[in-house]
This record gives sequence, C-alpha cells and structure tokens, in this order.
Amino acid sequence: MICLWCYREIIPEITWSNLFQLYKPKPICLDCENELELLQGERCRKCSRQTNKEICSDCLWWDDNGALDTIEFNYSLFAYNTMMQNMIAKWKYRGDYILGELFKTYMVEAFNKKFANLKKDVIAVPIPLSNARMKERGFNQANLLAEFLPVIRADILLRKDGEKQSKKNRMERILTDNPFFIQQTINKPVLLVDDIYTTGTTLRHAATLLKENGCPAVYAITLVRG
Amino acid sequence: MQDYEMPPLHELSARFSGKLLLRKEIPLEETLFQQLLSLNYLTPKKAITRKNFTYQCERCGNQKHYLFANIPCGICKQRHLYCRKCIEMGRTSECEMLYYWTGPQFTWIFHENPCSWQGELTDVQQKAAQRIVTAIRNKERELLVWAVCGAGKTEMLFPGITDALQMGKRVCLATPRADVVRELQPRLQKAFSKVAIQALYGGSKDKQGTAQLIIATTHQLLRYEAAFDVMIIDEIDAFPYHADESLPFAANRATKAQCTTIYLTATPRKRHQMLINRKKLPHVFVPVRFHGQPLPVPKKTMCHSLKRDLSKNLPPAAFLKWIKVRQNPSRQLLIFVPSITLAENMKDHLYRILKLQGHFHSIEKLDSVHAADRDREQKVRAFREKEIFILITTTILERGVTFPSVDVAIFDAGHDVFDEAALVQISGRAGRSPDDPTGEVVFFHQGKTEAMIQAIDSIKKMNKRGGF
Ligand SMILES: [Zn+2]
Ligand SMILES: [Zn+2]
Ligand SMILES: [Zn+2]
Repeated sequence: MICLWCYREIIPEITWSNLFQLYKPKPICLDCENELELLQGERCRKCSRQTNKEICSDCLWWDDNGALDTIEFNYSLFAYNTMMQNMIAKWKYRGDYILGELFKTYMVEAFNKKFANLKKDVIAVPIPLSNARMKERGFNQANLLAEFLPVIRADILLRKDGEKQSKKNRMERILTDNPFFIQQTINKPVLLVDDIYTTGTTLRHAATLLKENGCPAVYAITLVRG
Repeated sequence: MQDYEMPPLHELSARFSGKLLLRKEIPLEETLFQQLLSLNYLTPKKAITRKNFTYQCERCGNQKHYLFANIPCGICKQRHLYCRKCIEMGRTSECEMLYYWTGPQFTWIFHENPCSWQGELTDVQQKAAQRIVTAIRNKERELLVWAVCGAGKTEMLFPGITDALQMGKRVCLATPRADVVRELQPRLQKAFSKVAIQALYGGSKDKQGTAQLIIATTHQLLRYEAAFDVMIIDEIDAFPYHADESLPFAANRATKAQCTTIYLTATPRKRHQMLINRKKLPHVFVPVRFHGQPLPVPKKTMCHSLKRDLSKNLPPAAFLKWIKVRQNPSRQLLIFVPSITLAENMKDHLYRILKLQGHFHSIEKLDSVHAADRDREQKVRAFREKEIFILITTTILERGVTFPSVDVAIFDAGHDVFDEAALVQISGRAGRSPDDPTGEVVFFHQGKTEAMIQAIDSIKKMNKRGGF
C-alpha cells in the first residue's frame, strides 16, 4: 500500500494483535501520521480548544449571550498545524477528494469516544456548501466526514448563494445574517459535522436554525480546531 | 449569436495559441466560448482517457494507477476518475475537457533588433553561441550545451534568442526551479528590453503566458501544446525535471513539430552523457568560465566528531579552525547543510560561537534559508546585496544563483542529498566574479563518499579540458 499523502510505500508492522484481527492499515504512513497533531491534554469543555480553563474565554462570550449558545459542545480532533493546513488545502481547495480517507479512522474513533451514548437516534448533518462552491469543487468535504460516522446522515441544511460581507458588528451579524436555510423540521438530536471550527459562528448559525425547527439538542464534531 | 460580440480574432489567437487549458482556466463567457467551439477555433479533448485497464491524464501524462482516484462528482453526478499528479495546477477529471486553439494561428512579431545587451562574449562563449544559432536556423531537433558553472550560459543564449525573434519565432526558456526563473527574468528583460517577456511559476504575477518570449518553470509547460519554435531547458539535470516524467512529457508537448530544443547543463546525468558518447545527442562543450580562470577545486576535510556535533546543532570543530585561516576573510560565506531542521537549528549556535571567537562582528548578519522558508526570495536578495554575511542553506541554493565573492562550506558532504551533481554545482558557487575569480570550497565530512571523489574528479577533468 502507498501513503495517500507522500506516495511512499507503507510497510505494515506485524504484531500479534494485527495477526489475529482483521487488520486494516491506515492509508497514511507513520512519518506523515506523526506530523499530525491530535489535540490532547486540558481542553475547553465546550469547544475543544487547548486551554487550562474549563471553559475558554470565547465560549464564555457565547455563554453571556445565551440566546446564541445553541450547541451543547463541539469536539475537534486535530490542531491546525502546518501539516494539517497543507492537507486541508490540497483536499478541500485543490479538490483531492481521496485525501478525506486519511481521516476516516480518526473520525470513527472520536465518535465512539465522545458521542457513542447518542448513537441510538442522533442524526449527522454536514455543514453545506453554496451551489457556487459546490460547482467549483465538485464535492463537500463535510459530507464526506459525516459519511464516515456510524449514524444516519441527513443533508437537511442548505446554504444561501452569494454571501456578502456586511459592516454589522459581531452580535448583529450573528443574529441576522444566517447563511443557512432548512427545508424540514426535525425532532431528533443532531450532530453537526464540519472540517474546521474557527470562531464557532457557522456551527451556531446552523444550530440556531435546527433548534427553531424542532431539534432538541445540537452537538458538533469538527476535524480541526483552527 | 452575433458576430460583433466577438473580440478581435487576433487577440483571442494571441491569448490561446499554443495553450492547453481546462474550461475553468479560460475566462470567457459561455456564449463566446460556445461560439469558438462551434467555429472549431477551440478544440476539446478528454482530460483523462482510458484504454483497457490503463488511464492517462492528457495534461501531465500520468499513467500510474495510484496517482488517480475516484470522486463522486457533484458537477456531473457520476463517480469518475481525477488525476492526483497534476492537481496543484487545478484538478483534471474524467468529465472535463482540455481545450486547445485550432483557429487562425497568431503571427508573432519579426523583431528587427531585439537584443539590447551591450556586453561581449568571450571566444569560447562565442563558439558555443554560434553553434546554438546554427541549430536554431537549421531547425535541428536537439542540442545539449555542456557548460561549466560560471561559463556564462545565459549570455551564450542571447545570439540564438535574437536570431529566433528576428525570424518571428516563439521562444521558451524553461527551468525546473522557480528561483532560477526569478533570477533570469530581470536579466533577460534587460537584454531584450523591447520584447514582451513573461515569467511563469507557481505564484507568479504573470499568469497569462501569452508573450513571445516566455520564461517558465517546467511545471508551467503543462498548460502548453505545440506552442514554441525554440525550447531552451536550463538545468536539465536539476530536480525535479530528471525525476518527474511528467515534466519532459510536458516540455516535449509544448514544442512545435519543427522546434529546436536546447538543453543546458553543467552536470549532465549519466543518461545524457551516454547519449553524447554514442553520438546520439549533438552537444557543445564549454569548459572555461567566462573570466577565464579555472574552477575552484574543493578540499576534503575529515571531521571525526561531525555527526555528534551536528546532532547538537553545532558546526564541526574543523570548520571553526578553517574560518580563522581563510585566505580572504572579506568573502561572504555560504554554508550548505543536508536538512531544513539543521539549517534552522544551527543558526543561533553558530552566531553565538563565531561572535565568541571574535570572528564575527555584530553588524554582520547571519541567517538561514530553505525551501519552506517564506522569506526565501528576500533573504537571497539580502545575501546578494551583502546585507547578510553568512548564509546557511539547504540544497535549494546549489544552482542558478550567482553571488560574486563567496567561500563555500558543506557540512556533512557525505550525506545522501549531496550527490555528484549537487557537489559540483555547490562548488561552482565560488569564484564567480572577474574581480575575485577564486574562492575556497571545503567538504566537511566524516568518511568520504563516491560522490565526493567523483565530483572533485570531474571538476579537475573540466579544468584540464579548459587547458589548465
Ligand atoms: Zn506518508
Ligand atoms: Zn464529473
Ligand atoms: Zn494529471
């Protein structure tokens, strides 16, 4: 097998455990894997950022503006280091679709660790792309990440075309400029899926809309904490 | 459809002649684009083709299965192949076409007097330049120019380029390295001041690539087909050209049927040397530097604790001895190291030690540079302008860049990254200026390698051929 990132041959390590199990190697070599930085240690309970506080200052801001605090918590897997920036750039912006496979086992593991108790009825909802972006790239990276998860996926959110930069302040922007629309109501908990959590605004827009349409609780899983 | 919507035909033809582009690289509105298709001015071909069990990307020539992947395409709603090999240039997919211009061919300018260069060629340069002119005039297919580092290759090209431009030919000067493109552009623009020149590399300001004289990385040739009457490939032996099949593929496709291809190298690979020996590849040899002095012959210095020193990011002890006794301490110093990490980590240590030794004054600067360095261009410029006195570098500066008066040290010259060609090229950085035509080159090593011996041998051989 060849590493999806560096194209070098992967020499699988033979150990007792993989001799006896159905061994499925990751599509990434050890050298490349080591350059990825899994988030660990103390993290913000709400957004996964590495911090020694229980809740980080950003999340406290969301807390203070209670109406906007529409997600239970976000869980992110990786730091946005140079390797991850390069991978995301090639995957998402250059459109190297298959690179998504690099993240499959990580997504499944993270789901089992953090969200397994929701499994029965949670629905994975990917953050959508606008039609224009979709036409440009040919695929939505969030859809692919959602597909890896062992739950039902529903593409019930849509994104309005032609987002414009406005001069409103952060608060006004969050209250008014929701880039999404929804076509049906939903009465089950939702796990939002996206590639990067940066400010958390996008996820909260989506969550607000879901809640207005009957969703009892919204969680989020994101590959990278930006 | 109305004809008057169409921009002047010669404009379109200048813009698209010789190009091979995806739809997203053709910034024309859809009606005009469709009109050009129906007139057969633009002709489509499949971006990826399948034959039995083989695939081929028609842009980069890739046929390796592991460099293709499937995508459930959101545009055509089918699952199909795309090419991973050339994806940095924009993705080619099975549902897409590549377009090339089949309309009226553009007539390039017959320049009366294109060359504004005032300099003079030496006799040796003149001889090689004349050979290049002859090859272009006679439409010979190939010519390899084997010229030692510092022979003044670029100037030797001027008569050939001049001749081609006078005949209304389109010329491309391609090289594997973006640094070299950036170095060549101002020199060529100065030498051909009235000729439109565009420089193309990843991230360059020029994007169109529509000039009569193009300077480009070999990668950029992936967007051309049957474009050039004269193709000059500089540093033919440099990475990645010799290691990446898609680059010779693209360079070859970018030439017209009657094109003359000139290869330039100071260190031809085995394959080319063999073709020369078998007389399968015409060549001209330029064994003398333009200032008429021999190439500096490197010295090997054995350092017993080299690996240990480097692992602590310290310079080898022998280097600290040598720096005290350099023949000309006013020369700037280029230090080559085998890895980016070493380049970065050694910087502060070396600065501290040299300052302690009193061999380095605080006004003089020391810095490091490597391929992943964002300030790379700026640092190379600062070194050239002598704002930086000592520059620690990886092999990115092994070729194509000229500094007038430097000494060169290689730390761990026995490392794999320093193959024979790299060592010869690195040694060739010294003694480039007529004002200071010598320079010291020292290989610091812990056990000599075949590459080191071969490199020194081939430098001596060239000096001998040059009559020294
Ligand atoms: Zn790898
Ligand atoms: Zn398609
Ligand atoms: Zn390709």
